[in-house]
Amino acid sequence: MGKSIVDKIWERHIVHKEAGKPDLLYIDLHLVHEVTSPQAFSGLRMKNRKVRRPDKTFATMDHNVPTINRQQIDDQVALNQMTTLEKNCREFGIELAGIDSPEQGIVHVIGPELGLTQPGKTIVCGDSHTSTHGAFGALAFGIGTSEVEHVLATQTLWQSKPKTMKLEINGVLANGVTAKDVILYVLANYGIKFGTGYVIEYCGDVIKNLSMEERMTICNMSIEGGARAGLVSPDETTFSYLRGRKHVPKGEIFDQYVENWKSLASDEDAEYDKVIEIDGSDIAPMVSWGTNPSMTAKVDGSIPTEAECATELEKESLARALAYMGLKEGQKIQDIKIQHVFIGSCTNSRIEDIRAAAEMVKGKQVHPGVRALVVPGSQFVKRTAEEEGLNRIFEEAGFEWRDAGCSMCLSMNADVVPSGEHCASTSNRNFEGRQGAGARTHLVSPQMAAAAALNGHFVDIRNLNKVEVL
Amino acid sequence: MTGFQELGGKAVVLDRANVDTDQIIPKQFLKRIEKTGFGKFLFYDWRYKAEGVPNEEFVLNKPENQGATILIANENFGCGSSREHAPWALLDYGFKAVIAPSFADIFKQNCLKNGILPIVLQEEEVKLLIAKGKEKAMILHIDLVEQKVTNHEGFKATFPISDYWKTMLVNGWDEIEITLQLDDKISAYEQANNL
Repeated sequence: MGKSIVDKIWERHIVHKEAGKPDLLYIDLHLVHEVTSPQAFSGLRMKNRKVRRPDKTFATMDHNVPTINRQQIDDQVALNQMTTLEKNCREFGIELAGIDSPEQGIVHVIGPELGLTQPGKTIVCGDSHTSTHGAFGALAFGIGTSEVEHVLATQTLWQSKPKTMKLEINGVLANGVTAKDVILYVLANYGIKFGTGYVIEYCGDVIKNLSMEERMTICNMSIEGGARAGLVSPDETTFSYLRGRKHVPKGEIFDQYVENWKSLASDEDAEYDKVIEIDGSDIAPMVSWGTNPSMTAKVDGSIPTEAECATELEKESLARALAYMGLKEGQKIQDIKIQHVFIGSCTNSRIEDIRAAAEMVKGKQVHPGVRALVVPGSQFVKRTAEEEGLNRIFEEAGFEWRDAGCSMCLSMNADVVPSGEHCASTSNRNFEGRQGAGARTHLVSPQMAAAAALNGHFVDIRNLNKVEVL
Repeated sequence: MTGFQELGGKAVVLDRANVDTDQIIPKQFLKRIEKTGFGKFLFYDWRYKAEGVPNEEFVLNKPENQGATILIANENFGCGSSREHAPWALLDYGFKAVIAPSFADIFKQNCLKNGILPIVLQEEEVKLLIAKGKEKAMILHIDLVEQKVTNHEGFKATFPISDYWKTMLVNGWDEIEITLQLDDKISAYEQANNL
């Protein structure tokens, strides 16, 4: 029987195997950020332990950082967390892309950008959206701070092998339907715990035809379905993305790497614990209306009604979500008015996202009363966009153009949505209070967010004349 | 971490599905660099109204639920972010175990690493506990070695836990210490793979 990519990566990383215990897995890359690491470094210090492989560890600051006026940080508690990371990296010899670095950005944007993320690697980070890196055929998952400390000290983790799920999406996506809509559609149909205990392998024609950045968007939100990791078998699209990146070997060695990477792809006859098949042509632009990412509907649809709920628990969840969101059952999605737009986050802040949104707003104006923000995923994305003149397109349309960071995805910095107001957001979570206490988040693609910014409510971008996916 | 074989105490019911870690500990409290002191921020947006006034309707604020050490919750508890601040907050508040029909993976791991016992019971069993617990304060007894949850009124249920985690929790072992004893194996792996 053939093997899946998960089987292959797993086998290659077992350091120690013993009956009755999880496997001890080697970790190839450990990404570190300011919020989930300080207690791990303190733990090391208390026990007089070292970082085993600082060369396999890379740090940046993203969650807390301001996206404007970065020279002066007013939040002293946040500042302390940033300077603590600087101090820890200095003391333990870890490379840091700090706030002034041209490489600074959201950890899941810069890992791939710098070529640190590569097929076949085991990658961890104290952040649940580490699943993003699975787009490269890496086994990448989020960990807690205790595990951060464990990896720092030992470069390994005790892990029980997860079950595998094949999620095959075939057919062709309609114009105006993006990778974000694909994953939101999956969540709307299968819920927020269908992936618990699994690693999801995304495959099929739709996935094959996506760019690396689009694949990252999908893998990024695997955790929203409960799966710690999601991945895509590496192919030519993967290799050509990686060629020439800073931490990727060059010349002949690169060719050798590619040969090895090719051998990772799942075998035709690989076995999975679960298989799901989806028809890509059924997917529409999606908009979340509730307080978890599965509470999502097609843009030409409506919010469900109580009568449509299968269980009492569902009924209660619907009522609670609608009360929080200030919406009514059966309400049309396109009737939802928005006051804020956020284009950014590790889900949708890469250059293709910024280009697609810019294309939508070019020569137009943000709707009166709407505040719109573009926060590039990295300083590199920001520079690239500026070289292409995209910042001017946004600014002329009335958007704010910011420096890189997590920003309004979780609003740990000053970028907050006020209580009771609605935000069309390209981020990944619409939990209560996520973008600020009482803030009402609607998850959408960058194109849908841009269109909502111009109209003040959601619109079906399939009906616009100008829908070009760049 | 100190080991334990049994736990007993007052249980409080939080009857909501899909409680995410953003609710357990909102982001504004993640900026601290310590592991302690998060208890007062637990379920902050539900526990307090504007300007820090306690919300009397919320279960944790009810007089009969003071001093609870066991939390009974609904399905998919702890979904969302990997923030270990969530179990730190539960622990600092006084919770030693959470009972639910299912947990999110990362949260469950984070609990175990901090000595909080995430107990998965059958949906029907949790339903029963939720119904009873809503009526009046309930004392539960948890036996980790026997993997049992019981009370004086005849409730009895068994829960699964891997031998690995049972041993770790009973003994209160430090996982890093155990792994460091395998240092030779890690070095051998690095050499064999040119790392």
